[in-house]
Amino acid sequence: MKLDSNIPSGPLAQKWDKHKFEMKLVNPANKRKFDVIVVGSGLAGASAAATMAELGYRVKCFCFQDSPRRAHSIAAQGGINAAKNYANDGDSIYRLFYDTIKGGDFRSREANVYRLAQVSVNIIDQCVAQGVPFAREYGGLLTNRSFGGAQVSRTFYARGQTGQQLLLGAYQALCRQIGHGNVKMYPRTEMLELVVVDGQAKGIIARDLVTGEISAHAGDAVVLATGGYGNVFYLSTNAKGCNVTATWRAYKKGAAFANPCYTQIHPTCIPVSGDHQSKLTLMSESLRNDGRVWAPKKKGDTRPANQIPEDERDYLLERKYPSFGNLAPRDISSRAAKEVCDEGRGVGPGGLGVYLDFADAIKRLSLETVKERYGNLFEMYEKITGEDAYQTPMRIYPAVHYTMGGTWVDYNLMSSLPGLFVIGEANFSDHGANRLGASALMQGLADGYFILPYTIGNYFASQKPAKANVSHPEFKKALEDAGALTKRLLSINGKRSVTSFHRELGKLMWEKCGMARSTESLKEALARIPELRSEFWKNVKVTGETGSLNQDLEAAGRVADFLEFAELLCLDALTREESCGGHFRVEHQYPDGEAKRDDEHFAFVSAWEYQGPGKPPVLNKEPLTYEEVHMSTRSYK
Amino acid sequence: MNLTLKVWRQKDAKSPGRMVEYQAANIIPDMSFLEMLDVVNEGLIARGEEPIAFDSDCREGICGTCSLVINGIAHGGQRGTTACQLHMRHFQDGQTITIEPWRAKSFPVLKDLVTDRGAFDRIIQAGGFVSVNTGGTPDANALPVAKVDSDRAMDAAACIGCGACVAACKNASAMLFVSAKVSHLALLPQGKVERNQRVLNMVQQMDAEGFGNCTVTGSCEAVCPKEISLDFIARLNREYGKALLKGATGHKETV
Repeated sequence: MKLDSNIPSGPLAQKWDKHKFEMKLVNPANKRKFDVIVVGSGLAGASAAATMAELGYRVKCFCFQDSPRRAHSIAAQGGINAAKNYANDGDSIYRLFYDTIKGGDFRSREANVYRLAQVSVNIIDQCVAQGVPFAREYGGLLTNRSFGGAQVSRTFYARGQTGQQLLLGAYQALCRQIGHGNVKMYPRTEMLELVVVDGQAKGIIARDLVTGEISAHAGDAVVLATGGYGNVFYLSTNAKGCNVTATWRAYKKGAAFANPCYTQIHPTCIPVSGDHQSKLTLMSESLRNDGRVWAPKKKGDTRPANQIPEDERDYLLERKYPSFGNLAPRDISSRAAKEVCDEGRGVGPGGLGVYLDFADAIKRLSLETVKERYGNLFEMYEKITGEDAYQTPMRIYPAVHYTMGGTWVDYNLMSSLPGLFVIGEANFSDHGANRLGASALMQGLADGYFILPYTIGNYFASQKPAKANVSHPEFKKALEDAGALTKRLLSINGKRSVTSFHRELGKLMWEKCGMARSTESLKEALARIPELRSEFWKNVKVTGETGSLNQDLEAAGRVADFLEFAELLCLDALTREESCGGHFRVEHQYPDGEAKRDDEHFAFVSAWEYQGPGKPPVLNKEPLTYEEVHMSTRSYK
Repeated sequence: MNLTLKVWRQKDAKSPGRMVEYQAANIIPDMSFLEMLDVVNEGLIARGEEPIAFDSDCREGICGTCSLVINGIAHGGQRGTTACQLHMRHFQDGQTITIEPWRAKSFPVLKDLVTDRGAFDRIIQAGGFVSVNTGGTPDANALPVAKVDSDRAMDAAACIGCGACVAACKNASAMLFVSAKVSHLALLPQGKVERNQRVLNMVQQMDAEGFGNCTVTGSCEAVCPKEISLDFIARLNREYGKALLKGATGHKETV
């Protein structure tokens, strides 16, 4: 496979403008001749569908939720970054670019990240114009907060509901186009197959989750905006429905999958309380603005937090990373928490937790101010744990949160399959080996509002609107495949539930391929996953029938894909013999426990290419070259 | 904890439904309500029965997907809480719990506890937006917005569109939902240009969907997981009255 990143030539700061000029355009009257299929309606999908409809393309948008407003972007709490420099604290496009490259541990593409920082400022303008109620100062202007991995305040927020408000902005723009008849919306509809005709993505097969009907949809291009694969770990902060199915099935049709081992473990989640747990809940990173992370200095200290005197507390992040303190990036903060728990200094049930303490903030700012800033998060914590965090410190522990890996895309966000575009968390693009807080919302909206609508035009301009017909044999074959898979799942009638397989896979992944990975643990996982998968296909029990609403069947299809995908994730983690960002290999660390990156051998994107069932995938390497920034050892000390 | 559940089971939109009794054994107080249902469903699957279908996604109280009437109260009666954030520690050992779907003509049951809330989407499609295309917008700080207005708009915008307000209302009125969006956008200068047309269109669609009228009993506010205030309904009435008097002329969007 030839991987061409299609990065425009010229100076970094001028690449995007130059590229925009050089890209071919589609005449306004011709746009309506092109059909675009968008799968997913989160920040990336909704903004892309709305914007392309505004431009005049005919859009079909699919989501598995009952309404496009429910996509998991909605759960993002803390905020969205933009290089507005409203705070006058020295921010700039270049600084946001640099922070993002550095935060990603020099494993992302320079040109993509620079473009992301450039369009970040337009996103805020766009959202405000849509009526997104960002937090404001008394003078009426927008206010900012700080986030991990940055020393400037550039994060815009809407209470603790930034993702929700941004998604509603994009959803409303999408609804406007649905109302005008420019977008046909398919809620409660799940993509099962990608259809490739003559080497180009020309449509999808989707299942109506209410009637069970499986149907074919043809288009001139397919856009996947289907989010990340964090649920391969079963327990994650992702919504229950989040899955890898769309990008995985695209991979099996020829779209290379990049860097699957880059998974982000978020440091501030509510610890697991028992085996019944169905998901983990994130407490926004913004809490680290004012909360202080600590653990007892003594091992096995079971005294209540407020009875541990100040000099017997270890403020671990402030101690280890004095210049960033509690705002150290996510990967680093998570590992620091894991270290103290491994030493036996963790708190709460099972010793899997550290404190996030607001006592000082309450003293410094007053209870009212803390309540105003974080009230909804404290309430959420209280609902889940039954504890009052104004009185006793919160207990937090890292949890799988975001996946930097995803479908490989070029500078135009097109995958290695022509006509298949992948945006938002579903692609691998801009975050390298670790994403900074408040950058996911930025990337999703950048892709959807400001990048894809341009680059897809360039693709169409070089195509004739000779859209494939659903009567083409490839559509018929894909329809049959999707139907057969569904029937097969229902026919096994074994003894174990879908959830029990998912849970077992998740536990295996967390233990063997979670926060710390070793050759040994990865080899164990790689041996176990195929066994589990084969047991799944012999012994899973899927109830109900295909011709109706069947949540058991939906879950079974997703878990079947996770059982295949998990192997690629572990293989990628085993192949990457270095530690970088969210990928920590215990063999590759400095004596002080910091990650040891290997730029000489691993400064590349791993793009895995499917070879057929049972055959090992081929690793393609896209070298990462840095023209502008110097690859340095990441230090937050 | 051991509980007795009485759950609404309905094969599909066309079939009649009925309450069916199940036992929920060995429930841990730290479980969420939906995790308790997960446990019951695992038991049903083990016996080869179809699990109880219910909607949920984020399970952290923000996506608005979960939609259960628990012991007769939408979302179960804990103030400001969705069903997914309701925990079993608020129930007693041995208790009998009834679980039903949203009950409203405009939200038809699709299966068991799953309903179709597409009517809400269609109300937003009728006008719940600011008509700006992507690109060409002024700098975000070009237009100052008084903090008090911005905060009030945010109070309204916090609606998660779950539909509990409709389920709780004896008239199955969607006024709280509609008022939240109308107020959110009318309070901000960006939304003022289209305010008349917007409220007329949204109310028209709300009526067309078959939602009932508001008789200000306040049950919607009481169950709202985001505690959207009844005051917004007063604001909706005012916006609607003004729009009727002034007309939407001059504010029509040119497509």
